[in-house]
Order: sequence, then structure tokens, then C-alpha cells
Amino acid sequence: MELQAVLMAAGGGSRMMELTYNTHKPLLPVGNKPLIWYPLNLLERVGFEEVIIITTKDVQKMLTPDRLKLDGKMKLDVVCIQLEGEMGTADALRHVQQKIKTDVLVLSCDLITDVALHEVVDLFRAHNASMAMLMSKLHEFTETVPGQKGKKKAGEQRDFVGVDATGQRLLFMANEADLEDGLTIRKSIMCKHPSMRIRTGLLDAHLYCLKRCVVDFLVENKNISSIRGELIPYLVRKQFSKSVNLPNNKDEVEMSQKMEGQTNLEILGSCKDEELLRLTQERSCWNDHHGDMSEAYHGGKVRCYVHIMEDGVCYRVNTLAAYIEANRMAPKLIEDPPIHPSAVISECTQVGADSIIGASCQISDKTSIKRSTVGASSTVREKVKITNSILMNGVTVEEGCNIQGSVICSNAVIGRNADIKYCLVGSSQRIEPDARHLDSNLSINDSALGSLKMSRDWPA
Amino acid sequence: MADADETSKQAERNTNVGDGIAVKKQDIARAKNEGKELTKDEKQRLRKEKKQQKKNKKDDKGESEHENVPLPPSQAVVQCQSQKAPSVAPSLALTPVSVCTSEKPAKSKAEQRAERRARQEADRAAKGKKGESAQQPPSGKSKAPPNELQPVVKRLPEHVQVDDPAAVRKLAKKLERQQIPVRSEYGYKVSLFSHLHQYSRKAPLTQQISIPSTVIHPYIVRLGLQYSQGIVAGSNARSIALLHAFQKVIQDYKTPPNEELSRDLVNKLKPYISYLNQCRPLSASMGNAIKYVKKEISNIPCLCKEEEAKKQLLSCIDNYIKEKITLAATTISAYAIEKISNGDVILVYGCSSLVNHILCDAFDKKRKFSVIVVDSRPRLEGREALRRLVKKGICCTYVLISAVSYILPEVSKVFLGAHALLANGYVMSRVGTSQIALVAKAYNVPVLVCCETYKFCERVQTDSFVSNELGNQYT
Repeated sequence: MELQAVLMAAGGGSRMMELTYNTHKPLLPVGNKPLIWYPLNLLERVGFEEVIIITTKDVQKMLTPDRLKLDGKMKLDVVCIQLEGEMGTADALRHVQQKIKTDVLVLSCDLITDVALHEVVDLFRAHNASMAMLMSKLHEFTETVPGQKGKKKAGEQRDFVGVDATGQRLLFMANEADLEDGLTIRKSIMCKHPSMRIRTGLLDAHLYCLKRCVVDFLVENKNISSIRGELIPYLVRKQFSKSVNLPNNKDEVEMSQKMEGQTNLEILGSCKDEELLRLTQERSCWNDHHGDMSEAYHGGKVRCYVHIMEDGVCYRVNTLAAYIEANRMAPKLIEDPPIHPSAVISECTQVGADSIIGASCQISDKTSIKRSTVGASSTVREKVKITNSILMNGVTVEEGCNIQGSVICSNAVIGRNADIKYCLVGSSQRIEPDARHLDSNLSINDSALGSLKMSRDWPA
Repeated sequence: MADADETSKQAERNTNVGDGIAVKKQDIARAKNEGKELTKDEKQRLRKEKKQQKKNKKDDKGESEHENVPLPPSQAVVQCQSQKAPSVAPSLALTPVSVCTSEKPAKSKAEQRAERRARQEADRAAKGKKGESAQQPPSGKSKAPPNELQPVVKRLPEHVQVDDPAAVRKLAKKLERQQIPVRSEYGYKVSLFSHLHQYSRKAPLTQQISIPSTVIHPYIVRLGLQYSQGIVAGSNARSIALLHAFQKVIQDYKTPPNEELSRDLVNKLKPYISYLNQCRPLSASMGNAIKYVKKEISNIPCLCKEEEAKKQLLSCIDNYIKEKITLAATTISAYAIEKISNGDVILVYGCSSLVNHILCDAFDKKRKFSVIVVDSRPRLEGREALRRLVKKGICCTYVLISAVSYILPEVSKVFLGAHALLANGYVMSRVGTSQIALVAKAYNVPVLVCCETYKFCERVQTDSFVSNELGNQYT
């Protein structure tokens, strides 16, 4: 077997608590499908037959095939972890280490993309890379985010990504938060790759192909707890660190271990490198760079590659703005008809072509639904205008309401003649009739929100 | 009557060159007819006479056997001449070159043929012209040769006949049966190379394979990618990589319940070989390696246990690499080093692993020589050869192939590597090698071709158009 897929679905969605305090992030409806459907669909389309899903107990109950509406016969192997202990993604991978027998493809449940996955995997295969990842051009979100009360969220820290002249080899990766007094690049990197492009407008898709020996390395080094935060920068740095000469006897191995405090990745990796591969590289007349005297890949054993998507859909649904944008883009990715066949829509309604109506909905007369998503089992009464909004499952909207640019979570009830603009209505909330709300967050209040913050670095 | 013209022209050329034997034979032939000295007018008359005789002969006898042999090559020549050369020619990967200075034997064959024909026609003319019926329409002649061609020309291998839809369909069906994706071709094809594959570079083959590839072993998918991207290039490297991948396949192989390892494993390998062929056409060395592995697998006794059989196969493959590649390189370099004397200036072309090995060995044995590396686009492999030699400490000069005639006066020997050695003695190598050899011949510089025996193949190719690998026209 070549690759095993591991889907990380235990994150709490700490950056969009307004949505996730009641609904778990993997089950948030996007385009009337649970969020976790998108990466599973991507894996299935490409040809995976088995996926290991790491998630919490509550989510596991919901992950039955019919609820997930998966067409194919992909086998889901759901592994539960306790959320009380603060587990990072690397810890979770260590948890399932027994099941991993080959190279692994790690992705997070909030990735919505239509990338041609073979591009990432081809880099991984062709160059025998230790790690290959996917990045995409960052799209600015243009929709107004509801419930912000005019406050501007602090700009997210940028990622500085350095790639070589071909645009595929990853040379440098750091987050703005880690660079206190400027960007420093090691001289050894500049000597080996004199031409480097540093890009900041990139979104990390959290899709990684990792070699088996990297997983083994994780097992040995228990102090790495986050893949994105610690393992990937470590691998990128390790490409250029001075290579350790392979120790010949046990004493040297122990000594080098004591010196470094952790098992050398190269020792684990290079055991796999065989005599014939070395012979092949010796006889082959190919080199990945020209102009200096070193052999292909500068003799380095650790290699990290990145595939940067220039166009195409790639979103990580970890903020409210991303969630709204994803809902807009969802119709392009789903092949199902936008209006579910079991929805009951009366004749005098206007449903725009870019709206999605979920299953078993009831839309009454004289309503107008434009650029919106209406969740399953929702009821919309007469003379309602819904524009640019997202209604989750089980929402009831009484007559005469006007909903604009808002997000209404599941099982909420909007009273008659309510006027809701750019608001966020929480789960199971009741909006009184004739209420006027503009740009407010109508869910549980913020202090309660703060106490629900989840573990630190889940793909959030 | 082009072929008659051809042969007579050849006869002329031969006589003009002044090969004594040829002149004598021609004289004898003509003496039988006319008993006169050769002059220009005589030659013209002779030609016209031959034409007339040919037409009469057609009426008399129709197809005669001895015509078959000389016809196909001249027919082929006519066809080639009638095609227009395209303005953008895709680069050829390989070109055959005749080893050493072998022009003399080739000439004498052609002139012998010409003499034979002249003699036979003279005989027939002497017999008398009976029953001169009207000329057969020229279409009769053009129809006849294709019929004659068929019993003589054997079936060409599949990869050569892309402009034949039946062959293409057959290949597609075979690949479909083996569940291997078919590589898509370019929309616009250059007519001169319409019989060769012109693959589109936009759609890689891996797009059609499922990502954790189940039909094709992951190592083979990786190998195919490395071949098509040029990461593993060079005859020896490709063979070693192929055998390494086969070792992995054999290690992971499990005999199905009712099958025998000796038969089933061979069947398992066939789709992998088709896949690799799709990624990049197999080289002669790879073909020989595959034949060897298949033979070894078939020779496994049926009572052998699976573990033992696998171990035996793995050690066979190791032995093959050790003997045919590593030890052969050592032996060849031992012979070649004797040819290198102190103060030599050696010219090498491109990056041949064997030639590099020889030069490095010679340097280790304290020979004093310098090297001129000749390079050519688009691959510019000479840079890699240059790097390796300079790293060793050898004094090198680097030129492009356009400068080869300027640099040759300084060269004392030329060392060339080979991709394959054909059964008629032709050497198949990187495009540009024949150019180097011809220029070297013009300057009287000895050319040495180094080739391991496992690259010898039974194919025969007379030129580089018949079967070749096309490169990317946009690099």
C-alpha cells in the first residue's frame, strides 16, 4: 500500500466559537453537507479506500455513512481521543501510530478544496521527499462578517514561505509571530539555493504527505505536539542542518543521542536508503540544481516540497468569514442539484439560482431567497426575504421576516416581522417578533464563550 | 523508373570515385553489351536502354524474385524524399551511427547490387525482345511493390506504428485490459514523425491513477514518474532503478492460492512494464534486464517454497547488476585505460556514466590527460559530466556541439558512450553522437565507443527516423 489517509477531526474551532459552541466543527453544515464531507469526498474521488478519522466521542456518533451521504464505499476507521488532555495533531498521530504501516497523508477536516491531489503526491513520490504539502493563494474575503459590531479582528499573523527557483522545494517557513526582529536566513541555505522566493500571501491547506520514518521520528520525540506548529518547521530546518555521519557502532549512536537529546531523523531515514538507490543516483545524469559542485539535492536526505495552487478552490473553514465564503463556493464543488428534491417550495416563491435548499424544507408563498443557503428541515413562512444568508438545519422563520447577510444557526426561531441584518443568531435562539437587529451577535454572550475555548492548536 | 536511375547513378558514383574493382566489373558488363569505352553519352544511352528493358521486362515476366530485394530500400528512399521536412522538428533522442569508419563496406554492397542488376538486365536484353506489348500503366508498378513488400517486411513492433489506427487500437485495448492509463497525444502532429508517439506534456499519466495506487505497485509508479520527469536518466541508471523496483515488487509479492509463482509473477510484471513503457519508452538495456528477470522467474522449480524462490530471485537480480553493470564497468575501464596515454586530450559527449567512470579511474591511476566536454541542448547533460570530472580534479574544457569542429584539431581521442548496440553494428546513442563521430572522422581522430554487453540488442535500424523517442518541442 502506498499511502494511508489520516483525517484530523477533533479540533474545536476555537476561532469561530459562535458557531461551534453547540455544533461540533466537523459537522457544521456547509452547502448543506457536514464540513467533514468535503475532505472525505476529496479522498474518495482520488481513490482512497480507507481513511483513519481521529475525532471526539460525540462526533463519532454522528459519523455514520448515511448521515455523511458518502456515495462510495470508503471505509472509515474512527479513532476517538479524549479532549481533556490537550492533544495536538502530532500527539494524535502518535496515538494512531500502530495503525500506520506506510507513508501517511494527513489532512484536516476543515479543508474544502478541489486540488488535483496527484500534484502534491507526485512531488512526494518523484523526489522521495520526507514531506510534501499543499498551499494556496490566499483569497481576500469580501463578504461582510456578521456580528462583528464593527470591531476589526486583529490581522492574522502572516506566514513567510521561502521556495526555491522551481517553486517546489520548500526552503524556509516561519510565522510572523516567531520572527521578532526580522527575517534571518542561514547562510548555508543561501549557498545552496541562491535564488529564493519568499511569499506571504499563502494559505496553508494543512494537507501533508509524510514519510513513514517521520512518523517513527514523532514516536521517539514526544515533545513535538503540533504538526503545523512544530514538526513542519523542524523538517524544513533539518533539510539544511549539517548531516551527521552515520555512526558505525552502538556507542556512537548513544553518544549522539545524548548530545542531541533526541533521535536523529536522518539516522532513521537513511536506514531505508539502499545501496541500489545510491547507485542509481550516481549513474543518473540528473541534478536538481546547476552551478555548484554538489550532487543532486546537495546530498541531503531530508527534502520538503510544496505545491502552490495558483487557481482553484481552497478554503480552510476555521473562521466565520471563511465559513461564509465556503458556503458561497459550495455549489461549485457539489454535483447535487442546489434544490433538494424533497424540499417543498410553493409556486410564488423566488429562489435564486445560486441558493441551496436543503432536504425536507418548506418554503411558503411570496418568499424570496437569494444567494443563500437554507439548511435541511427548515421552515420558511410567507413573505420572507432572505438575502446573502446562511440558515442551518431546523430553522424556523416566521412570516414577514427580512434576513440579510446573516448566519442563523441550527434550530433557531425567528419571530414574525423580524428584521435581521448582518447578525449572527446562535443555536436554538429565539428572536422575538418585530425585533430589529443590526450587526450583532445574538448568541450566548462573550464571557460564556471565553470559557469554552478548546485545546490550543487543533486545526482551528 | 526512379530505382533504375538510383542504381545507375550509384554505379556512376562508384566508378567516379575510382574504385578499381568496380570499374572493371562495370566494364565487363558493358563489354558484353556493346564492347565500347564509357563516355557520358554512352552512359545516357545506357540509362535509356535500361529503362526500355525494364518496361519490356515488365511485360515479359511481371514480378520476378530478384526485384524484391533491391526495391524496398529504394522505394523507401523515394518516399522519404517526397515528404516535406517540417519547419519545427521535434528533437530526436537517438540516432544510429556506424561504428568506426565503415563507409567502404557499405559502398561496396551497393555497388555490387548495382552491378548485379546491370548484368542481369544486360542478359535479358541480349536474350532478345520478344512480345513488346504496350507499356503497363505506371500505376501497375506502384501497385506491385506494396504487394511485394508484404511477404518480405516483418511485422513492426507496436510502438513504431502510431499512424496506423489498427495498431493504436490494439495497444489501447491491451492497456485497458491491464488497467494501465493511456497517455494522451498532441493535437497537432508533425507529419515526418507521425509514426512516432508525440505525447502531450500537459496531462501527466498519474492523474489517471488512483492515489494510493493499487493496480500498479507504488515503487513502479514512483519509477515511472522519475523516468518521465528525467530524474533517472541514462541507460545504466534506468536499468538499475528498474531492477531495484523489481526487487521491491518481488519482496511484496504473495502468490495467490491456486497459482504458481513462476507463472503468476511474470503476469504480474507485464502491466508494470506496459506502464513504464507509457511513461517513457523502454531502453534496450531495460529490455534485456526484463528478459533476464522473466527467464529467471520462469526457471524457478514449481516445488520451490515461496520464501526461497523470492530469495533466489533477489540474489539473481543482485548478481545481474553486479556482473553486467558494476564488474563490466571495471573491466571496460581496465581496457580503456590502456588506450589513454599521458598528454592525451580526450573529447566526451554528454554525460555517459561509463565514460565518466573510465576517466575517473584513469585519473586515479595517475594518467595525465585533459578532457573536453561537448554538450548540446535541450538537456545540457554535459554540465553534470563536467561537474563530476572537475570534482575529481580532472582538467576540463566545456563547449557546445556547435563548436566541435573548432575544437577537434586539439583532440587526440574521442570517447563515446552508447545507449545500445544494434545487431548490424550500429551504435545507438544520444542525438548528436553521430555528428561528433563524423567530424572526428574528418579530422582523423580515433573514436572509441564504450558499451557493456547487456546493452546489445537484436534490433536493426538503418536510420534514426524509423524508431525513436521524441522530446519536448518547447524546451
